[in-house]
Amino acid sequence: MKKEMLKFFIFATIIIIAPVFIKGGYLMNVLIFVGIYTILAVALNLLLGLAGQISLGQAAFFGLGAYLSGVLTATYTVNPWLSMVIAFVTVGVIAFIIGFPILKLRGHYLAMATLGMGIIVYIVFNETVDLTGGPSGLSGIPRLSIGGMIFDSDLKSYYLVWFFTIVVILLSINLASSRIGRALRAIHDSEVAARIMGVNARLLKVEIFTCSGMFSALAGSLYAHTVTFISPTSFGFNVSIELLTMVIVGGLGSIYGSFLGAAILTLLPEFFRAFQDYDIIVYGITLIVITMFMPGGLVRGVPFMVLSMYNKLRPASGSSGEGG
Amino acid sequence: MEIFEQILQYTFSGLSTGAIYALIGLGFAIIYNSTSIINFAQGEFVMLGGMLTLFFHITLHISLPFAIVLAILVSTAVGSLFERLAISPLKDAEPIILVIITIGGSILIRGIAMILWGKDTYALPMFSGSEPIVLWGATIMPQNLWIFGITLIIIMANRFFFYHSIIGKAMRACAFNRVASSLVGIDVKHMVFFSFAVSSAMGAAAGIIIAPLTMTSYDVGIMLGLKGFCAAIIGGMSTGIGTVAGGLIVGILESLGAGLISSGYKDAIAFIILLLILFIRPQGLFVKGEAERV
Amino acid sequence: MLKIEQVTKIFGGLKALSDISFSLAAGEITGIIGPNGAGKTTLFNVITGIYSPSSGRVFYEGKDITGFPPEKLARLSMVRTFQGIELFGQMTVLENVMVGLHTKSHSGIIASALKLPGHLREERRIRERASYWLEFTGIIDLATTEAANLPFGKGRLLEIARAMAIEPYIILMDEPAAGLNSRETSDLAELIKKIKDAGVTVALVEHDMELVMEICSRIIVLNLGHKIAEGTPREIQENEKVITAYLGED
Repeated sequence: MKKEMLKFFIFATIIIIAPVFIKGGYLMNVLIFVGIYTILAVALNLLLGLAGQISLGQAAFFGLGAYLSGVLTATYTVNPWLSMVIAFVTVGVIAFIIGFPILKLRGHYLAMATLGMGIIVYIVFNETVDLTGGPSGLSGIPRLSIGGMIFDSDLKSYYLVWFFTIVVILLSINLASSRIGRALRAIHDSEVAARIMGVNARLLKVEIFTCSGMFSALAGSLYAHTVTFISPTSFGFNVSIELLTMVIVGGLGSIYGSFLGAAILTLLPEFFRAFQDYDIIVYGITLIVITMFMPGGLVRGVPFMVLSMYNKLRPASGSSGEGG
Repeated sequence: MEIFEQILQYTFSGLSTGAIYALIGLGFAIIYNSTSIINFAQGEFVMLGGMLTLFFHITLHISLPFAIVLAILVSTAVGSLFERLAISPLKDAEPIILVIITIGGSILIRGIAMILWGKDTYALPMFSGSEPIVLWGATIMPQNLWIFGITLIIIMANRFFFYHSIIGKAMRACAFNRVASSLVGIDVKHMVFFSFAVSSAMGAAAGIIIAPLTMTSYDVGIMLGLKGFCAAIIGGMSTGIGTVAGGLIVGILESLGAGLISSGYKDAIAFIILLLILFIRPQGLFVKGEAERV
Repeated sequence: MLKIEQVTKIFGGLKALSDISFSLAAGEITGIIGPNGAGKTTLFNVITGIYSPSSGRVFYEGKDITGFPPEKLARLSMVRTFQGIELFGQMTVLENVMVGLHTKSHSGIIASALKLPGHLREERRIRERASYWLEFTGIIDLATTEAANLPFGKGRLLEIARAMAIEPYIILMDEPAAGLNSRETSDLAELIKKIKDAGVTVALVEHDMELVMEICSRIIVLNLGHKIAEGTPREIQENEKVITAYLGED
């Protein structure tokens, strides 16, 4: 436990003091998005890595959070913080209700159903033009503010977003190492044995699906208030695939891995312009290669590779200990 | 009488797209029955069929019939390669891993198509001209007749293959019981390979015959694939009439819904049907009995 | 304690269980034997809620539990182990047993995510109890090993430790001796006797006749979905129908 807390403390500290070392305004701006996508990737990891339930429709909750916040604040001038809470709770209710029928499905069927769900929501965003602005998007979303201070600069937005990201990471780490986390991993490994042990698999899957959806909605609200303009393309099926890739790259079940995956996949396109045109191919290859050759993702794969190379290069001296 | 003609019109076009969904759905069912895998990349073979035909015919100036044959061959090759490189090595992995691999494959194929041919939409020339035919007040294009005809031929060929040829029967045996099949000498690995090859060929064919009517581009695979999957689910993953009926049902409902209710939500209709079936009767409409509880 | 009343289970065209009826007395070790395909595992699946019977009822401590799902039965202190052990492979040995204590604890998602003090206290207690059960089955030294890396015999013991963590009134074991060598089997016999001495009722599906005759006080024999005999080990050994069932199968 102490080790976990230390890791978290170091991570949080790095995040907090990082802006001191960042000169360019552009990089700061990108890091805001790293924060938002980290929340999304962690949310998906809770569902996929921990509980073993595949969801290709996470972008739907992301979008619902963004649009609920956006429409409430831009069109109906509701207080932004209140809107965020409303979005958070509403998406939670939606996820809970749809969770029951959808999580009766397994494996491929669940993947297809969540994909279908995501596309339906995307179509709704596009078609309800009066409400959402349709394909042209919704603009004029106000920024968040506390007291007199408005979060309008990149630096302020950075701290706003990363505050929530750090909270989500902390909650997720706690969850993963708790009785609930164990129950979820049990469901992942053997749902029937978990049920025999008294785990109400059906309810727990829906609960984590709801939690994951709510975190995604939170990311959506933050996105809406930082970018002040949203359109359906940011919440389409491609985004769900990107999130999946981030989680796989970072490592299923590793919360910090999701941060790594989100960071890599958000930063890379910014620094390699060519990447943007070929991004689909890169995602495809990455998914296949990492799944085939590095199933633990980078977080486990890289140390493993380094360790095995180190062992190979060391002069042979007696027997090596058992791995474990 | 006008509403009747409208409904007839929508029904005809629905039957047409439905036939395509049926072909795509059969592709899903064939692979599922021999491997228990849902091949996410199935829709991409549909896309490849159309795009490759365009490439061969328009860019390389190959005559249309040859372009079609070449397109089907290349698509089949891609499908087979995918099976050899990405599916076969991982056949014992968890379902999640296979889902992710096939998703990765579908993205990869789409990405390569995007690089080769860009993001534009293209129109394949109609097979036999664009003079509409009038039938009881509704118009259909000659292409629709091609679609019906070719779909029927493929379905009959399918039926013959699976029920009257040795290889086909062997594949059906694998679907029932892999262990028993391998014990009687059927090479299960080859059956899996064949199922991918046959599915990608069928998918490509579907993509080719619909392309003149609905345009084609690098990303048509996703939607078509999902709708074909819907057809297969309704049919209970059967490689026969069930899936065909499923495709026609989806096609007609989608067409009627789009025409009579709202065209913007057209795509959503198929997916709503998909969700309803998965929620209420995931074993399909035509299969008797209940899924086991655990 | 456990009463099966005319349970029938039909799968499509196959009648796996026909009109099975028997009772298990509390605190005893009862064996259920029969040739392959007799329906023993199906019977366990019906009792433990993995299948619903096509007809018939199951009574537990006087209560009708027919069709109750496994998670509900766990809260009623009924547990089972599986023929092909179903471990939580990616978790450690200790964590596997900690899952067994799921019904003995109640921190929900919110308490867990916030690491409330009640949750922390509960975690400590869970850890202690889990360690106790590892000692009970003799595998405490493997506590931090990943379950998937366990040798088969130890995996069986882990499954039993995990099941015991529920503090069951009754434990149903499906072929616990399968795949064990003779030394492991006699250790298993001792362990099962220890479990019985702790007051737990044991029902045992087994093929290992020596084990069954040694520890069971009562035996029920199934063949092709029918109950063909019931009695003490001695009676069963001399029962003609049983002998025919086993020797008569080609």
